[in-house]
Amino acid sequence: MKEKLEQIRERALSQIKNCDSADKLNELKVSILGKKGELTDLLKAMRDVAPEERPKVGQMVNEARAEIEKVLEESRARIEKAVREAKMKAEVIDVTLPASRAELGHRHPNTIALEEVERIFVGMGYEVVEGPEVEKDYYNFEALNIPADHPAKDEQDTFYVASATGDILLRTQTSGVQVHEMEKGRLPIRMIAPGRVFRSDEVDATHSPSFHQIEGLVIDKHITFADLKGTLAEFAKALFGEETKVKFRPHHFPFTEPSAEMDVTCFKCGGKGCRFCKGSGWIEILGCGMVHPHVLEMSNIDPEEYTGFAFGMGLERIALLKYEIDDMRLLYENDIRFLRQF
Amino acid sequence: MNTALSWIKAYVPELECTDQEYCDAMTLSGTKVEGFERRDKNLEKIVVGQILSIERHPDADKLIVCQVDIGGETIQIVTGAPNVKTGDKVPVVLDGGKVAGGHDGGPLPEEGIRIKAGKLRGVPSNGMMCSIEELGSDRNMYPEAPENGIYIFGEDARVGADAVELLGLHDTVFEYEITSNRVDCYSVLGVAREAAATFRKPFVPPAVKETGNGEDVHDYISVEVRDPDLCPRYCARVCKNIKIGPSPKWMQRRLAASGIRPINNLVDITNYVMEEYGQPMHAFDLDTIAGHKIIVRRAKDGDEFQTLDGQMRKLDSEVLMICDAEKEVAIGGIMGGENSKITDKVQTVLFEAAIFNGPNIRKSAKRIGLRTDSSGKFEKGLETHNALDAINRACQLIEELGCGEVVGGVVDVAQPMAGKKVLPFRPEKYNALLGTDIEETDMLEMFARLEIEAVKNQEGATELAIPYFRQDLNCDADMAEEAARFYGYDKIPTTLPSGEATAGKLSYKLRIEQKARDIAEYCGFSQGMNYSFESPKVFDKLLIPAEDKLRRTVTISNPLGEDFSVMRTISLHGMLTSLATNYNRRNKNVRLYELGNIYLPGGLPLEELPEERMQLTLGFYGEGDFFTMKGVVEEFFISTGMKKKPAYDPNAGKPFLHPGRQALIQYEGTTVGYLGEVHPEVLDNYEIGAKAYVAVLDMPEVIPFTTFDRKYEGIAKYPAVTRDISMVVPKEILAGDIEKVIAQRGGKLLESYQLFDIYEGAQIKAGYKSVAYSITFRAKDRTLEDNDVNAVMKKILNGLEQMGIELRQ
Repeated sequence: MKEKLEQIRERALSQIKNCDSADKLNELKVSILGKKGELTDLLKAMRDVAPEERPKVGQMVNEARAEIEKVLEESRARIEKAVREAKMKAEVIDVTLPASRAELGHRHPNTIALEEVERIFVGMGYEVVEGPEVEKDYYNFEALNIPADHPAKDEQDTFYVASATGDILLRTQTSGVQVHEMEKGRLPIRMIAPGRVFRSDEVDATHSPSFHQIEGLVIDKHITFADLKGTLAEFAKALFGEETKVKFRPHHFPFTEPSAEMDVTCFKCGGKGCRFCKGSGWIEILGCGMVHPHVLEMSNIDPEEYTGFAFGMGLERIALLKYEIDDMRLLYENDIRFLRQF
Repeated sequence: MNTALSWIKAYVPELECTDQEYCDAMTLSGTKVEGFERRDKNLEKIVVGQILSIERHPDADKLIVCQVDIGGETIQIVTGAPNVKTGDKVPVVLDGGKVAGGHDGGPLPEEGIRIKAGKLRGVPSNGMMCSIEELGSDRNMYPEAPENGIYIFGEDARVGADAVELLGLHDTVFEYEITSNRVDCYSVLGVAREAAATFRKPFVPPAVKETGNGEDVHDYISVEVRDPDLCPRYCARVCKNIKIGPSPKWMQRRLAASGIRPINNLVDITNYVMEEYGQPMHAFDLDTIAGHKIIVRRAKDGDEFQTLDGQMRKLDSEVLMICDAEKEVAIGGIMGGENSKITDKVQTVLFEAAIFNGPNIRKSAKRIGLRTDSSGKFEKGLETHNALDAINRACQLIEELGCGEVVGGVVDVAQPMAGKKVLPFRPEKYNALLGTDIEETDMLEMFARLEIEAVKNQEGATELAIPYFRQDLNCDADMAEEAARFYGYDKIPTTLPSGEATAGKLSYKLRIEQKARDIAEYCGFSQGMNYSFESPKVFDKLLIPAEDKLRRTVTISNPLGEDFSVMRTISLHGMLTSLATNYNRRNKNVRLYELGNIYLPGGLPLEELPEERMQLTLGFYGEGDFFTMKGVVEEFFISTGMKKKPAYDPNAGKPFLHPGRQALIQYEGTTVGYLGEVHPEVLDNYEIGAKAYVAVLDMPEVIPFTTFDRKYEGIAKYPAVTRDISMVVPKEILAGDIEKVIAQRGGKLLESYQLFDIYEGAQIKAGYKSVAYSITFRAKDRTLEDNDVNAVMKKILNGLEQMGIELRQ
């Protein structure tokens, strides 16, 4: 009996270890451990064993069974692994074949630049508001200290709209939104107003009869020119990089006094001078100033109590500079090969 | 304005600085320098040489060989210039030197032209004699220079001297951008005054005195101003025994550097004074002035007048004319007349220095179509006092330059002039506005340099007397700016606004628009931008009927041309034009979107502002179809919280869309937009050779349905039951009609439904189509029993059968 058991065990282990397919392994399992399997048969023969020997022999049989089962399991794992590896080997792909993309669309460079500007000012507590593109003369000019005969009205080459009243035009600047906000009578004000403006310029590489500005206005008690400088310096750093320096030059706008233009250190050359900044190291970026007391008065704000600052910049100018676009016409052609670059 | 630095320095004699320092300092104190250029750029090693002898070139007919004394040394120069002769003193560039340009006067090369000793046809030449063009200038500015030849100096030029110096070219021309409020700075004296204040050096303007002989000008001329509203001051003086000739070189050089061509002494003096004082003047030949009388009055409508450039000009009753006793002799402030112009034979000159109404001049010049240097100055609104100083300066120059004899006295017809403006001195106010602590004394010192005088009033308080020429100073803020710009904008501290914090945010409309951009881009559409104005012909291209209200447009009175003359009432033209541009450039699969306004007038003619309606316009050609576009629209709805199913009405009535492939987009019964395939004829009109699809959402209609609020509804715990139905449907019944029945009759248990098959063909009888839906039911609180579902299904099927739909088994 013992010898028989040993014989079965030896043979089974060797067959199992040499088995190379899951099906054969299964057949082996049945032929050894199954209902009519060799080991099962052996167990059936237990009745022929002397009763005092039975526990001993039983233990031997169980040990052999356990060992066979363990080896069976090992072989099963070995075979599965081999099969999976063979499958994967057959599944090798050329990873350099082209990607299949769901092509996303692209934002207009103007919008990308605008959203950057908006993010910066919203972070500083500014509300983003809008005003009408077709506007009354009063908001575009008069309420901004540009009375009827002011030369600035000619300088800005205004498009007028046929109207019964004769005072409707396409706004030449977003500054009129300042007036709309002030008239609401809610103080303090911290707002930026982006939008489309129109001037009678023929289309060329640097001009367009329709373009965009971003206006800014802060009105509160004790607002100073120093606040204006500080705010716009922060803005410039956020937009053009931490290293950016700013320079304020005196300038003139009818609706601010004192007024300034702000230059930033050229973000291409860092201020050393290059073709972008025409060698000066500086790039003019916006106009600004303290809101003119007369403008405050016209919108029913007491200039003795409240002061404020305003600024305005050209969106296209920022977009053209930031993305090195050399022809403004590209912004309005909508050639997909242009748009895809943003 | 362009001015030589040497001219500025004539009035600020102690000014010493490099060009760059001057540029920077002036710009930072408010007189912006646009640029500057050295006039001796690329002029190196150029001296005065004297030609000692000239011989023919042995091997070239057109060349001559000159021996030239360059001061202690004689060099040989071969030249082809035809105009030189022995004894001439000429500019000579020596071996290794540089000249600015070629003799043809073409564009100047950036690096100039290096001159080296060499041989011309075998004969050594050790330098070059220069024409005025080679020196970087031209005969307009140096009228004494010969045409096509070497520049020849006067006999007094010292041989060996610096020729560039002698031509006045060691100088720098600065270009200023003067702001419109600083009328006083449109003059050399105005800029010089700023320079003196900027560099804290004394300002020394010319000492002008009223010169003149013992005669009285009133015996020569009388002046009557009939329209003083347009001419608040008219000064006239007379000079006789005029001797026309060239003006002195120093005057010519200064004018030339300013871009003004020297003509003769009389013209040059008026131009010189215009530059120096910013006051335009006019000179009449007194012998042409009938009655020796000047009358200033408006023209009559329909009058015609010949200006001194020979052109006939149409006048109207708002144009101010200068007339004599019989006729018009000049358009005031704009241009003189042919009939009174100065000729070489002039004997007696009548000088005019007047002040004209700026806006009137600007408008007249525009209407007449004649904008001159003079009108350009007047339209800025000149200061009244300046006119007398300017005319006296001109007469002084006439005398000093030996150009004629000045008759004593001035005819001065002026409206009463306001006294000096006085403003309170409020240093604490200026500092509060600026955020600075500038000392009072510093402010007063800065003001004094600007000729703003500190005076004590009766109460002993300090006040500021503003000089006449500073029309721009009127309030505390103005004075704060004066203090700031000489204190230095750069020295003002940088702080952030204090005060209560405000929450930064985008308006709701802008947030929705941002979402629209996101979704369009997720769906592969790129953002385009189009103009707001377009041609009225657009409506024809879009097949919009003649009487359609879309043709009622906001119209621009002064457009850049018909193509930009009406404000768009529909956003499709821009989109189709952009698609066409891409198609024409052979770009494949182009998907574009635009967010932009249309402009709808209320009544016409316009009395109120038009309504501006934001449109989300989508368009594409290439991969995809109608349903691709529909998907984008629904994607946008879902992401803006519009969870209900939109309806699509095929009777959209859009003439620019394919009649069988268009739909209104409806949400909860409101039409919020439309979509469709572009009409083939419209495609032809735009030359788009592929099917194109568009969708337009009218954002003001969409926005009320949108929300960013989200509420969690719980994920279903109990299993769903799905039933499939297969139907034979009359062709004209739309899927939307079937879905309406399913949605209405499905009740609370209905979770979703999905079309999974639609088929027309052989196995289906004519006029019918086969349609199959999968319908899913679920209850929130229990597992559905067959009975529950059967009951609902029955309702749905009954509804469908009522529509004439057959159920397939």
